[in-house]
Amino acid sequence: MKSLGSIRRSFAPWGDPASKPFISVKNVTKKFGEFTAVDDLSLDIYTREFFALLGASGCGKSTLLRMLAGFEQPTSGEIILDGQNLAGIPPYRRPVNMMFQSYALFPHMTVENNIAFGLKQDGMPKSDIAERVQQMLKLVKLEKFAKRKPHQLSGGQRQRVALARSLAKRPKVLLLDEPLGALDKKLREETQFELMDLQQELGLTFVVVTHDQEEAMTMADRIAVMSHGKVIQVATPAEIYEAPNSRFVADFIGDVNLFDGTITAMDEGFARLESVGGIPIRMVSTEKLSNGTSAAVAIRPEKIRVSRQPPAHAPTNAGEGEIWDIGYLGDMTIFHVRLKSGQVVKASSLNAVRAVEDPLGYDQQVWISFAEDAGVVLKD
Amino acid sequence: MERWSRFNIASVLLGFGFLYLPIVLLVIFSFNESRLVTVWAGFSTKWYSQLWYNESLLNAAWVTVRVAFLSASLATVLGTMAALALVRYSRFRGRVLFSGMVYAPLVMPEVITGLSLLLLFVAIGLDRGFWTITLAHITFTMCFVAVVVQSRLLSFDQSIEEAALDLGATPVRAFFAITLPVIAPAVFSGWVLAFTLSLDDLVIASFTTGPGATTLPMKIYSQVRLGVTPEINAICTILIGIVALGATIASLVTKRREVQRERDERAAFAAIG
Repeated sequence: MKSLGSIRRSFAPWGDPASKPFISVKNVTKKFGEFTAVDDLSLDIYTREFFALLGASGCGKSTLLRMLAGFEQPTSGEIILDGQNLAGIPPYRRPVNMMFQSYALFPHMTVENNIAFGLKQDGMPKSDIAERVQQMLKLVKLEKFAKRKPHQLSGGQRQRVALARSLAKRPKVLLLDEPLGALDKKLREETQFELMDLQQELGLTFVVVTHDQEEAMTMADRIAVMSHGKVIQVATPAEIYEAPNSRFVADFIGDVNLFDGTITAMDEGFARLESVGGIPIRMVSTEKLSNGTSAAVAIRPEKIRVSRQPPAHAPTNAGEGEIWDIGYLGDMTIFHVRLKSGQVVKASSLNAVRAVEDPLGYDQQVWISFAEDAGVVLKD
Repeated sequence: MERWSRFNIASVLLGFGFLYLPIVLLVIFSFNESRLVTVWAGFSTKWYSQLWYNESLLNAAWVTVRVAFLSASLATVLGTMAALALVRYSRFRGRVLFSGMVYAPLVMPEVITGLSLLLLFVAIGLDRGFWTITLAHITFTMCFVAVVVQSRLLSFDQSIEEAALDLGATPVRAFFAITLPVIAPAVFSGWVLAFTLSLDDLVIASFTTGPGATTLPMKIYSQVRLGVTPEINAICTILIGIVALGATIASLVTKRREVQRERDERAAFAAIG
């Protein structure tokens, strides 16, 4: 059996009906005056899961995180954590810790004291605190910086202190609000993998809020794509990318070509669709769609082939056009092909070899084509 | 460097002249040998030593300092609380009214503040004296503290207080362990402001005073009406000295902190390379 995308590890408690969710968000709504930030939202998050809330700013993801932390109370609905209803429990009595977007380090305290702060609130004996702080410093590789104040650290170091501080109390759940937002690109990529390793090593449940889809795709076991206070799709990164459940998700994650049209026939798990641009399409579809339904086929650019000759299966799943734009990114090249209907199709191809004989150029007449399982059929 | 034009030189001289000529004259004449204030008769410090034998003047100074210390401290507590409420709870009912009312005394003529306080003290039958002056000074200085602290709180990253709560500190603990230390410089400058305002207040103190509680400004004012003596010049010079010293220390402390901070930041970035 084929499976979607690349599999990182065999961890899928959400697919197992016997496993119980660790955090259950049940029909939670949060209103600020007239504005509904979170709208009747339900979610399950499992132990040891790396869960990402992904969406544009203002979609309610941060509000949801703040409700988990206890800084906001739901207007209605409930949040259950490890069997305990969190309603009315203030932030300082919740078994969760949060890493803030601004890091929120205490500016008047040294790195050491920042990390120790939470432990002191618990009344932990002094020697134990010192030991735990050392452990944490080692974990984030900041042993040399114990006596420094936050303003004597670089952005990356501050991020590590914030992480160490929020992990020091060994919370059941770590909430991360745009944890890498303030770092530059290179550091961000490195840190993504470090966070993943850390989460594996400590066996914690992470809930991360981000607007960066690459970040969510890289780190998370599952992603909840949010928009206007609602969850649009919850799935693994591969499912989100390869099998989006709606136009919104298809369009929001990565690049996509949408071929609008109407269903003309269904045969043995395939849908036949006549696209507006005049391309007859045959595409896998698990859902039975009746004839005349308007639908769209979403295909990612890397699954579209550009060739000089028409493919064997033409005219089905193929279209003629000319190269309109070429973007060379080094690792790959992006072609914008303008079809006869006027639709511009994006196709990308990996530059697996350094030099090609007779490469495709501007204004050339080409064919675009795709396989019968290259995309998904989306109902409107 | 830009060149100084004649116009600029003239403006600076004129400005500083207006500001400091009277004070310079006062300081110079405090060292006058002669009893006549306007006639220079040689250098002397005798008026300073005579001050120590002027018991009523010393008494007044002591009352002033006590009033200023007490009222500044209480005004700082109340002003800080008001500032916190105004900044933190931006959605409570009547916020606009409350913030307007906190700042009203800033622009209220002192005569009116003094008179209304006097009426209040008479109405509730409070014996006028040391305590009524102190209360009156708390009233009119706390809004200054509120303004200073509020402006600091506006730039205060509230998530650091949330972080404290998140790490298990109760709201009260979070305030004393995190918020207060961070805004302490603003609270301190609010205190210094309240202290100096109380120190040199004449109008409100005159309205709310009673027998036995004469502050230094009141004493100076009443003596001047009988003619300026070099002794008054001397005590004024001392006052100027104290205020100038305080202001200098306050600005030096802030300056040094800034310089230190900048240096630390540079060092941090140099370390990363």
